[in-house]
Amino acid sequence: MRGLSFDIAHMLAGSLVLVSFLQLYQDRLSALINVFAMHALVLALSVAWQAFVQEAPHLYITAVIALVFKAIVIPVALRRIIVRLGIHREIEAVVGVGLAMLVGIGLVALSMVVMLRVTAEADPLAREDLAFALSVVLLGLLVMVTRRNAVGQVIGFMSLENGLVLAATGAKGMPLVVEISVAFSVLIAFIVIGIFLFRIRERFDTVDMQAMDRFRGEQR
Amino acid sequence: MMVVYALFGVAALVALAPIAVAFGVSQGKDTTTTLIYGACLIVTLGLCTIALLSLFDVSHTISQATLPLGLPWLGAHFRIDALASFFLVVVNLGGAAASLFALGYGRHEESPLRVLPFYPVYLAAMNLVVMADDAFSFLVSWEFMSLTSWALVISNHRVRENLRAGFIYLLMAGFGTLSLLLAFGLLAGAAGNYAFDAIRAAPPVAGVAALVFILAIVGTGSKAGLIPLHAWLPLAHPAAPSHVSALMSGVMTKVAVYGFVRIVFDLLGTPAWWWSLVVLAIGGATAVMGVLYALMQRDLKRVLAYSTIENIGIIFAALGLALAFKTEGLNWAAALALTAGLFHVFNHSLFKSLLFFGAGSVLNATGTRDIEQLGGLIHRMPQTAFVFLAGCVAISALPPLNGFVSEWLTFQAILQSPQLPSWGLKLMVPAVGALLALSAALAAACFVRAFGFTFLGRARTPAASGAQETDSNSLAAMYIVAALCLIAGILPGVFIDALAPVVQSLVGGRMPVQTSVEWLSIVPIAESRSSYNGLLVFVFMISSGAIAAFAIHRLASDKVRRGPAWGCGYPDASTATQYTADSFAQPIRRVFGTVVFRAREIGEMPPPGSTEPARLTVELHDLIWDSLYAPIAAGVAFAAERLNYLQFLTIRSYLSLVFTALVLLLLVLAIWP
Repeated sequence: MRGLSFDIAHMLAGSLVLVSFLQLYQDRLSALINVFAMHALVLALSVAWQAFVQEAPHLYITAVIALVFKAIVIPVALRRIIVRLGIHREIEAVVGVGLAMLVGIGLVALSMVVMLRVTAEADPLAREDLAFALSVVLLGLLVMVTRRNAVGQVIGFMSLENGLVLAATGAKGMPLVVEISVAFSVLIAFIVIGIFLFRIRERFDTVDMQAMDRFRGEQR
Repeated sequence: MMVVYALFGVAALVALAPIAVAFGVSQGKDTTTTLIYGACLIVTLGLCTIALLSLFDVSHTISQATLPLGLPWLGAHFRIDALASFFLVVVNLGGAAASLFALGYGRHEESPLRVLPFYPVYLAAMNLVVMADDAFSFLVSWEFMSLTSWALVISNHRVRENLRAGFIYLLMAGFGTLSLLLAFGLLAGAAGNYAFDAIRAAPPVAGVAALVFILAIVGTGSKAGLIPLHAWLPLAHPAAPSHVSALMSGVMTKVAVYGFVRIVFDLLGTPAWWWSLVVLAIGGATAVMGVLYALMQRDLKRVLAYSTIENIGIIFAALGLALAFKTEGLNWAAALALTAGLFHVFNHSLFKSLLFFGAGSVLNATGTRDIEQLGGLIHRMPQTAFVFLAGCVAISALPPLNGFVSEWLTFQAILQSPQLPSWGLKLMVPAVGALLALSAALAAACFVRAFGFTFLGRARTPAASGAQETDSNSLAAMYIVAALCLIAGILPGVFIDALAPVVQSLVGGRMPVQTSVEWLSIVPIAESRSSYNGLLVFVFMISSGAIAAFAIHRLASDKVRRGPAWGCGYPDASTATQYTADSFAQPIRRVFGTVVFRAREIGEMPPPGSTEPARLTVELHDLIWDSLYAPIAAGVAFAAERLNYLQFLTIRSYLSLVFTALVLLLLVLAIWP
């Protein structure tokens, strides 16, 4: 049982990293949102498995929160936003896909090296989990950096949060309060950013960051 | 138990701040001024009594208390030992005098509601610094002291100069606190035990101790005004309202001295041989430079501020001597030097407060601090003139007042330097002695100038000729402080004996018991070496003066004749033909100023036949500012200019910066062996 539970946790966390790579690969907003929903789904599965393995029922709540909010509510809402803004067909990656993938591979290698070195004495399950979580965080940041569109950056930010939740649930004995606050912070950030998107749109007729740079008088 | 009562007093002071705000809004400023300063007066008198009781307590019990504040695993420790109780006396005596003075002076202030809430907190913070018994409480109180005094400095914020003074003060205070923070961090060591008891039990090793010593000099010296860290002091002290100036100059610099003594004499263990050389050199240089600066100033309060720097130099020179004697194991001589230094701390807090009160009264009566705009005030403000003169006599170290006693004791300690085995100190101490002698002489010249051109001669402006005597509360405060100066001058034995437990705890020796010496003399070492009797000098002065007056008025004529003022030989009796403060300082400027200030005098004569006036322009350069502060300011401005473009990046660039920084840090972590 011990070996199997470890393997499944490992697989789920690894799939999360894989989905992060998928996110990096998408250059259309609607596809990006779909992949983000998948990302949250995998996270929910992973958290639920952790809840089962650690026999910590409160983690199921976290899994449900991840599933309901991140895999359903937020993607649906984001999709409505981009449809209303009329940007669901836009291509918006700044860096080429190949380069982004290469950088992403480097980041995963880096986080493995760092985490496996730092947590030499920790429980192996938590150890692998932390290494994957750090990869997800870094890949989320990479998504934020390589997107030109504000919606893309929002999604990068939220997949970064997913990495944090993965890290939090991987370590034993994390209190539920923290996870709820993390989940709600994401929700609030989403609401705030959504409102901002509409305000920006009202003012500038676009959510393209480059357009905003032009409004500030910068030439690119 | 004493410390608990004292903490109640401090809590009362802190509680006065919101009361000041509430009353200021509802009751108007006059009621609030009376209420707050009256309450401060009562509380500081109470705290002073507590401090005196613990200082004169024969059993010398150390009173401690721990409050559940501050760092959760540490708590806030407070303690009153002999050293703390002495400095509590200094703080609260100064605080009480300033509060009494402010009962009258505060009514004439422009915006008292900007001063009232901060004033009691400032007093409370200074008390807390002295009572703190762990690094955390010490630093928090220290920073509170800095911030509240900063708020008081900029209370009159419509004057551009005050804002600049406040800005420079804030920078220097931050720098000083940073040094102290590092010093305490090093003292606490890797274990991180910030309680002073733990630090005392495990003093740091030699290298770390040297670093702590340097940081302590920088941190406390920047607050005390040691050269070259003094730049803020002559700007900030005059900018504050006068009773606050008195507190800043008379009391806050002493709290900085307390910090130095606490760290170097108490916490740091055995001193290394070179520490005393550093302190002596800085002290001597500060004394001479301070008084030279003071002689060049026209602003009365700035003269007093620079004179504070000079006196801090004298105090630090005495502390350096004590350190030297302590290092060499001459405990009796160390006790003499330390007593002299601490006694000067007490004396300076008295007469500097007195002089600032006087300057405040003058400012209030005439609306100006420029000596060249004053004159003849002795006719209009005779009582202020009298107490100001007493302060000048005291600070110029003339017997029978208190300034003489502590400086005389300092010189007695310097005369013991041949006993020192090390040649460096043997040569250094007499040199510092010469510097102190020079500064004492220059200080006398400085205060002849300050008194003479403010109070004597004829009024130079209509403002000066229309001055009115100040109110009775202010006068009462000045008379009380002047009386204390006289008492400390003619009964120094009592004060020296009161300092004995303080000195005993710090250098392991004490001066001989003075109260048993006959006729109130003081004997620093032995009767065969030297002794001083302030009472004898005082009685001689009074009796010779009385006999002379009697002889003149009885045996010659008792008629008083008033003649016209002598016009220096000019036929035109304009007040502008009087001797000016700048011309009084000219000989000293010519001797020292050409080197120290690169002073230049440019005389412009009009061509023959022209009716234009001739002009004499004097150029002075503050070399310390030009060579130390100006380059740093220019460097910061340059860097800020270069980094400015970081303010205008795109969101994606900021994200990329954060991302790159994170990845780089992780790489360092991965590559680090």
